[in-house]
Amino acid sequence: MSRMPDPVARLLESALVGELTVIDGRGRPVTYPLIPLWDGESVYLTSSALFSRKLEHIRGNPRVSLSITDPVAVGGATDRATIQGDARVIEDDPHGGWERLLPIWERKEPAIVSFLKARVALPLFFERALIEITPRRVLYWADGEAARPPVVTILGEEAA
Amino acid sequence: MRPTPPVDARAGLDKLATYPYQLATWIDDTGYPVSVAVTATIDPAAGTARFAAPAGLTIPTSHDLSLTGSHIRPQPGYGYDERRHVTVWGPVLVADDGTVTLRAQSAWGWDEAEVPFFEYSERSVGKSRKYFDALSAERGTPVKPRLSFGFLTLRSTRLPFLTATLVPVALGILIAARQGSFDLVSALLTILGACFVHLGLNVSNDVFDTLQGADDANVTPTQFSGGSRVIQYGLLSLRQMAAISTGFYILAGLTGLALLGMRGSTALLVIGVVGIVVSLGYTAPPLKFVYRGLGELAVALGFGPFMLVGAYVVQTQGMLSWEPFAASIPVALLVALILYVNEIPDRRGDSHAGKRTLPVRFSRGTVIAGYNLSVMGAYAALVVSVAAGVLPIPALLMLFTVPLALQVSRGLEPNYDNPYGLMAVMGVNVRLHLAAGLALLAGYAIVLVAGAVAPGVDLFLG
Repeated sequence: MSRMPDPVARLLESALVGELTVIDGRGRPVTYPLIPLWDGESVYLTSSALFSRKLEHIRGNPRVSLSITDPVAVGGATDRATIQGDARVIEDDPHGGWERLLPIWERKEPAIVSFLKARVALPLFFERALIEITPRRVLYWADGEAARPPVVTILGEEAA
Repeated sequence: MRPTPPVDARAGLDKLATYPYQLATWIDDTGYPVSVAVTATIDPAAGTARFAAPAGLTIPTSHDLSLTGSHIRPQPGYGYDERRHVTVWGPVLVADDGTVTLRAQSAWGWDEAEVPFFEYSERSVGKSRKYFDALSAERGTPVKPRLSFGFLTLRSTRLPFLTATLVPVALGILIAARQGSFDLVSALLTILGACFVHLGLNVSNDVFDTLQGADDANVTPTQFSGGSRVIQYGLLSLRQMAAISTGFYILAGLTGLALLGMRGSTALLVIGVVGIVVSLGYTAPPLKFVYRGLGELAVALGFGPFMLVGAYVVQTQGMLSWEPFAASIPVALLVALILYVNEIPDRRGDSHAGKRTLPVRFSRGTVIAGYNLSVMGAYAALVVSVAAGVLPIPALLMLFTVPLALQVSRGLEPNYDNPYGLMAVMGVNVRLHLAAGLALLAGYAIVLVAGAVAPGVDLFLG
């Protein structure tokens, strides 16, 4: 089984924003900016109940992609990647289940802890489902330019 | 709840052109989305976006492609700002030279400069309700958003606003004490009873505003306006809130009966009954004072003379005098101005729900002039009462709060149409009432201390 290429893992670890694309009921791609959380195996994102349409789309079609393209969000790095994978919505406990990812989130965005302490101000924002993406295929552009073909890495069982 | 304003394809292209690069996304032949950063040439007038086909990848022309622009500026320490994103969809043509042309057909996005995050969230509350309804149906058991008991109590009762009760009640007790009437147990019961009425009012206000559609129509609530939102958010049901409100009114009634038993007087009975009727009638049919533009008057009477003179009457066992009435006038005006300013950001939703508050009825200029006149009236009433010898000279300490009043007055014009900018002004306005109340209390504390240490010194003019 191939593992996540190191440069892409670095992008995942540093990215403050990524673009999650899901497929809607009409078969169209719909893209949402979200903070990606990488635990070394799966990519996680969280979605507030307020903005839960993406969860409906994932339940309808679990095939998704996550792109990291904005140099501002990765500390100036100019390489870019798109990760295709299968998503699973985890919503056993929207109130607190997602907080198991808080340590990873806090490393990227320390303010999240103080925001969470003030959840009384925006309670629905902190009712969140987890989106777990199992990566299948990675496209990587070392210089970020689409004029050159990406390096493609197949992950998971398909690589066997 | 009104949905987020739509973005048409042309407006979407206009917005897309402002991003330094775009994310071209399509569904590849394995059925997964694939995205590539491109630099598109956008022609909103022609309704198209062109870009060079990415190397090594095949763009299908059989179904729609999307172009997304996204900008989120990370701000170390407090999250993100300048958040905006837009996606434009449409069919594509791929020319022989590899140029891809997207013909825009639809768009969607959000820009927090146009719709602030809190409003965007509020407009999405309906989505949250559907989410929890679907989750409940799937599990066969109710799944609801939650808050800890402490936070839920704080939010549903709007506990911090109790200062509006504590100020007049404490002042009424102090004025009575200065005149030689003070009973600790009845003073504490008065404070408790008044707080129960206030909490009952806060909660019933949410119940009746929800029943009449005013809270649902409001998409720009702030921490000072728009209600507690606990019903809208699904944290408590309408029935639970109605039960809580009823509970507070029952406790208030029982406390009132205890006070009547201990310190009974006709004046106290009248003030208590009328106070509860005005409190309930604030939003409840058939009176609905706030829906008729009489909310300020109801609040001024309730949190001014009723609370202050009521507390005084308990202590004096039915005696009435001009002093508590005079002291209640500036307190009444300033508390009414809290409501008045807090109604400014709510005016669109209120108007939509037929809640004809003063900011709904009057123009911006009239509303601001109304604030200035009323706040000047509060200080004028104080000075006249002191000059007439009804209030003691140290009550003039309240004049030290004039800078806060000026701050509110100056903040209204530039923030009139910006609910979130107005939040700071509303905060200062709440502080103004509290500071003025504390100044009056301090004035009376000085009179009491002076009376104890130097009985011959007269701190009243005339």
